[in-house]
Amino acid sequence: MTTTTTPKKVTIAEALRGAIAEEMERDPRVFCLGEDIAVPGGWGGAFTVTLGLEERFPDRMINTPIAELGFFGVGVGAALMGMRPIVDVQYGDFLFLAMDQIVNNAAKMCYMSGGQCKVPLVMRAPVGATGRGSQHAQNLERYFIGVPGLKVVAVSTAYDARGILKAAVRDDNPVLIFEHKLLYGSKGARAESGAIDASSEIPEEDYVLPLDQAAIRRHGDDVTIVGWLLTAHLAQQAADRLAVDGVQAEVIDARSLSPIDFATICASVEKTGRLVIVEEGPKTGGVGAEIAAGVTERLGDRARASIRRVASADIPVPFTPVLENAYVPDVPRIMAAALDMVKG
Amino acid sequence: MNSPQAKIDIDSYEAGFLLGLYECMVQIREFEEGVKFLFLEGTMPGTIHQCQGQEACAVGVCTALEPTDWITSTFRGHGHALAKGLSVDEMLFELFGAATGCAGGKGGSMHMVNMDKGMIPSIAIVAGGVPVAAGMALAFKMQQTGQVAACFFGDGAIAEGAFHEGVNMAAIWDVPVVFICENNQYGASTHVSKVMRAATIAERLSSYGIDGRRIDGNDVIAVYEAARRAVDDCRAGRGPAFLELMTYRRTGHSRRDACHYQPKPEREQWLENDPIVRLGQALIEAGHATTEELDAVRKHILTSFDDAVERAKAQPQPTLADLTTHVLA
Ligand SMILES: Cc1ncc(C[n+]2csc(CCOP(=O)(O)OP(=O)(O)O)c2C)c(N)n1
Ligand SMILES: [Mg+2]
Repeated sequence: MTTTTTPKKVTIAEALRGAIAEEMERDPRVFCLGEDIAVPGGWGGAFTVTLGLEERFPDRMINTPIAELGFFGVGVGAALMGMRPIVDVQYGDFLFLAMDQIVNNAAKMCYMSGGQCKVPLVMRAPVGATGRGSQHAQNLERYFIGVPGLKVVAVSTAYDARGILKAAVRDDNPVLIFEHKLLYGSKGARAESGAIDASSEIPEEDYVLPLDQAAIRRHGDDVTIVGWLLTAHLAQQAADRLAVDGVQAEVIDARSLSPIDFATICASVEKTGRLVIVEEGPKTGGVGAEIAAGVTERLGDRARASIRRVASADIPVPFTPVLENAYVPDVPRIMAAALDMVKG
Repeated sequence: MNSPQAKIDIDSYEAGFLLGLYECMVQIREFEEGVKFLFLEGTMPGTIHQCQGQEACAVGVCTALEPTDWITSTFRGHGHALAKGLSVDEMLFELFGAATGCAGGKGGSMHMVNMDKGMIPSIAIVAGGVPVAAGMALAFKMQQTGQVAACFFGDGAIAEGAFHEGVNMAAIWDVPVVFICENNQYGASTHVSKVMRAATIAERLSSYGIDGRRIDGNDVIAVYEAARRAVDDCRAGRGPAFLELMTYRRTGHSRRDACHYQPKPEREQWLENDPIVRLGQALIEAGHATTEELDAVRKHILTSFDDAVERAKAQPQPTLADLTTHVLA
């Protein structure tokens, strides 16, 4: 990417806000639907992403009632009729309320019409355990990666957030974007304790990123560590510490969860022979299971050692910090899994 | 309605009963204020949704229930829990994530529970409790227990599908559930007028065949009397019932929300319409209590809250052995 102006450092929340604004500027079909996204003096959604956009686009920031099934359906309908809606839930957990519209309508319209219609709908959902208890904490990625007709992506840096949001808006298919509460960099009253800096220098120029590609965050020959959202950051922290022990980890931010970029992941595992998959969310039935199965299928015994998953226990997300901390994968557990394979 | 100085009519009640209502409301207010302080100070983990200003709703309704009746609550559930008889200790311990909290530290602020006191875990999904309450009432009807379910929710909930599905089933099956909408006029930052064309929520309920009335939700006696009638109706097999309680949230939606979306004049007017002050004034005017006596009630509650905080800080936290327990019954 050639940059002609000075890049500026922005948070994910700011990058998304800027990208949404630019897409709305560029294309009058783009509009936003969501709860508390367009109230003067309000919050700009649950995590400030749309803050102030109602002033610039008073007619295209549509504040909805608390009715997820309804406004996701409205999004589908508007998309079918040529608009390009961006709908969001305040917490990923509420996707369950919108599930029918996402899975039965948005994802299937193209196929069950024999390709006659398309649903260019962007959906955004914040996930992750953040001290709020079982119903405001889940990682929903797992429930959507097996839905044909739906693209699923996860953004862990501001640079990616901008390029992926723009690509999603311009895509003719429904795209579900997962975001992490601890990575937004939301400020003021909406700041999160325990937040991780995911800000990036981004150019002012327009750019899009592919919706089907993982990103290699760090090169290494000894072990491949795959994560996304929060765990992409934890994987990098673990890799930095492993390097102190002389173990060079290759860190891949899976980024695209449906489709999974097996070309990138398998090339890395072929090189390192070892794979650790780090997932926030129960181990059973997770995205990690799909990655592991896909890699095994493709590489067979070219993966030297077995594959390890570092994931959460098979439990709902607990409230109390001691248990929540044990629920979310951490750097020591990632390191232990990697070292176990390298040394084992 | 809701003129700030509207008098509370307490004539037909005994002093002891009225003082009980007063004490319970002050208990809720001071619990919330204390928790807010602990949260802002950083002592308490998690997030909080508080009910300062809405105490009369919780207290008026729960006072009309029998201990054997049940409630469902929401993310804003501390007041409902206290009014239904949960102790300050079990709730504070939960907020501190202690193993001795009412949910063993697993639930937190949004999931207060005590199955011995008639409170299922509060449900933090907006409107999620509405069909559940209908189901609880269906069970009471099938089992012929004579119990009643009281279902608390906010004005924001009436837009959800779950609300309409739940209310309709309760209506067609005549089950003993009282739906209680605490209309504090905002769903998060969004004013109720932006999400509803009808003038009142009561009006919408009548289309389901449920009689509902709009009531001054900051008049604890008015709430109590309306709830009493609703509960009696339900117990007599004439359920379900509905109450729209007009009230106001004096504090932020959650955490550190500064309420910039509430117009100042509106806010000021409602701040003057305080359910606790109003009952206090009525008590003083009727000669049931002096200002000093009411102050003493508050002081006593404050002291015991401080003691409870000290106990809460000393409670054992769950251990890693607790991580995977209780996933299944
Ligand atoms: C299904 C669902 N959507 C969104 C939210 C986020 N949320 C929590 S409280 C709230 C506002 C609820 O308003 P209301 O029902 O009026 O209750 P109040 O906050 O006024 O007590 C919202 C949008 C949620 N918890 N559940
Ligand atoms: Mg409300």
